[in-house]
Amino acid sequence: MNTAREPLFHIVKRDGVPFPKALAIRTVAVLLSLVACAGVIFALTGMNPLEVYSAYLSGAVGTNRRLWMTIRDSATLLLIALAITPAFKMRFWNIGAEGQVLVGGLATAAVMIYGGGAMPTWLLFTLMAVCSMLAGMVWGLIPAAFKARYNTNETLFTLMLNYVGMQLVTFSIVFWENPAGSNTVGVIHQATEYGWFPDLFGQKYGLNVLIVLSITVLMFVYLRYSKHGYEIAVVGESENTARYAGINVGKIILRTMALSGALCGLAGFIIVSGCSHTISTSTAGGRGFTAIIVSWLSKFNPFTMILVSFFLVFMEKGAIQIASQFNLNENASDVLTGIILFFILGCEFFINYEVSLRRHGRKEIKGWARS
Amino acid sequence: MKKLVSLALVLMLCLLSVGAMAEGGVPVEELKVGFIFIGDENEGYTANHYNGAKEMAAALGLSESQLLIKWVVPENEECEDAAYDLADQGCQIIFGNSFGFESYMINVAKEYPDVEFCHATGTQASTLGMANFHNFFTSVYESRYVSGVVAGMKLNEMIANGVITEDQAKIGYVGAFPYEEVKSGYTAFFLGARSVCPSATMDVKYTNSWASFDLEKEAAEALIAGGCVLISQHADTTGAPTACEEAGVPVVGYNVSMIATAPTQALTSAAVNWGPYYTYAVQCIVDGTEIVTDWCHGYADGANQITELNEAAVAEGTAEKVAEVEAALADGSLHVFDCSTFTVGGATLTEADSEYISDGYFHESEVRSAPYFGYVIDGITELTAQ
Repeated sequence: MNTAREPLFHIVKRDGVPFPKALAIRTVAVLLSLVACAGVIFALTGMNPLEVYSAYLSGAVGTNRRLWMTIRDSATLLLIALAITPAFKMRFWNIGAEGQVLVGGLATAAVMIYGGGAMPTWLLFTLMAVCSMLAGMVWGLIPAAFKARYNTNETLFTLMLNYVGMQLVTFSIVFWENPAGSNTVGVIHQATEYGWFPDLFGQKYGLNVLIVLSITVLMFVYLRYSKHGYEIAVVGESENTARYAGINVGKIILRTMALSGALCGLAGFIIVSGCSHTISTSTAGGRGFTAIIVSWLSKFNPFTMILVSFFLVFMEKGAIQIASQFNLNENASDVLTGIILFFILGCEFFINYEVSLRRHGRKEIKGWARS
Repeated sequence: MKKLVSLALVLMLCLLSVGAMAEGGVPVEELKVGFIFIGDENEGYTANHYNGAKEMAAALGLSESQLLIKWVVPENEECEDAAYDLADQGCQIIFGNSFGFESYMINVAKEYPDVEFCHATGTQASTLGMANFHNFFTSVYESRYVSGVVAGMKLNEMIANGVITEDQAKIGYVGAFPYEEVKSGYTAFFLGARSVCPSATMDVKYTNSWASFDLEKEAAEALIAGGCVLISQHADTTGAPTACEEAGVPVVGYNVSMIATAPTQALTSAAVNWGPYYTYAVQCIVDGTEIVTDWCHGYADGANQITELNEAAVAEGTAEKVAEVEAALADGSLHVFDCSTFTVGGATLTEADSEYISDGYFHESEVRSAPYFGYVIDGITELTAQ
């Protein structure tokens, strides 16, 4: 028997928090983060934080067009987050979404450049979609195959393939650059708009949203209700358990990464055909990495991802406005996004653990207390 | 639905008012001037544009809130977003400062025929035939020529002091991309240097990037290791001057004075002043007159200059020589691309070689504002093509 002084704080794992309580904790966290941001804004710039917040709002959703730009970019980010989710749920650290999106975009651009005007529109679109998915799939399958066969480290492997993808794009730009010597591809088919997404419901980006929302629902069903989804979850929890249960782990890894890569490739298709109409090394624009935050923050729930990706893009678009209106550059906005994310991530701690104050001054506890 | 109707009404109102403006011009206090910038004030090229914008605002009496600026816009669809947004906010005129913005600005210009779009360094306006899309540049080759004269004087001093022999007068040039804007620039610089130091030669190394401190520093270091005794640059960072200060090699910068970076080695920098164009173009909106499709002015209009000469580094008599050359450029008696001063492949260029050659010189930036002199003349070696 040992006696030890009980610490001032006790941290106890919670068994499960009722939803309203978790929601309340998160709401408080967001409000606190806004207060903290206001403090930082005022301390650093002396500006009225409310004005800065309203500039955020106006920049992200203030006009019809701004709203649609925010929606468009949220949809793209959401799709990439959806794409990497099965892999992450399987505990396969796919850091290569960036490269998979890029090669998907590259395949789309290639079909667009060489096939635009040479075939019927439906065929062109089918080819672009299929080729982009195949390209992304191959990019995802390479590290998956090595992981399944030789148990290589997928984090490094997928990361390195990002750079290979970038070099492929750089290489292709040499052939497609327009005007020559500019080192950029420029807008592909600017005059004819071959291979550009058509308007849907009178909206330029309607098709982008429709595709991504459909995939959101499908992904939810796939992960939650399909046998595949169950297998992914089991492999993610414990490969040994999976093997014991007779699951062919290698096969699941390959299948899941094929899906993950193909969806990333599809995101490349949507970016190139439905948005930028060009290809460059910045086509993925870091979204392959941001998507990891979206997926984790949403605990792999596709519907939560809608909110999270919208939030991140909202902050990004708002930042453009505060830069323009107050001459605060994007670094300032990164600071604010960082503070808000810190609070949101931090509050998970209070959802999972309970902090209680010391109740007694001294207490007898068992000998393992010091170990 | 209600929203749509009101939106349509607002749009119609905008169109009507813009239409009315086009005839009679816009009162200064109603002006909204949009800018799409590739960088921000921390980067020399954009800082220079921003200075031009402020000069325009001061000249025309605009308040700061009438300048709507989009900072750090990449050369992709975000440029289009930015242009749309500025037009939506009611800008009567929108400027873009990076080469890769051009096709995106054209896209938006098509949808906003009553808003003027002016794109720096672009090439398409002269052939596009759109009334509201314009290109502009300055005769930056003139600045480069003058800065080349400063470099040539320095080489002469080094030869006279026995630091180098005549044969060792090799210049190193850190270029961004291998195309006409850069080639025209380094040729002008070289011709300026050779006009005072006849034995000068030059090596060019590309970084394939507009602004990469590390690449530019490495390129300068490689050139110095390869025997170059003076460095100049057509890229946006202080990478090359930093390498030169460390190695003790004289350097001619670009855009902004490099004296703070290389206090003992920076001679001067070739620079552009965008103020005259911005002032001209916005004045056109105020007056309700048309903006020219391609604008390219130089020394004569104050659009080109070199930055402060570094007394600690330049050769004796440089200031006098510079003044003489500047005067000759301004009055038109000196042409930078005078065909009698250079050869290509051992032969002098004639009117038969290029449609742009007449009266014995190459007419740079007259047909369109962006440079199109793309020859590699004798005496210059490109070490790294793409």
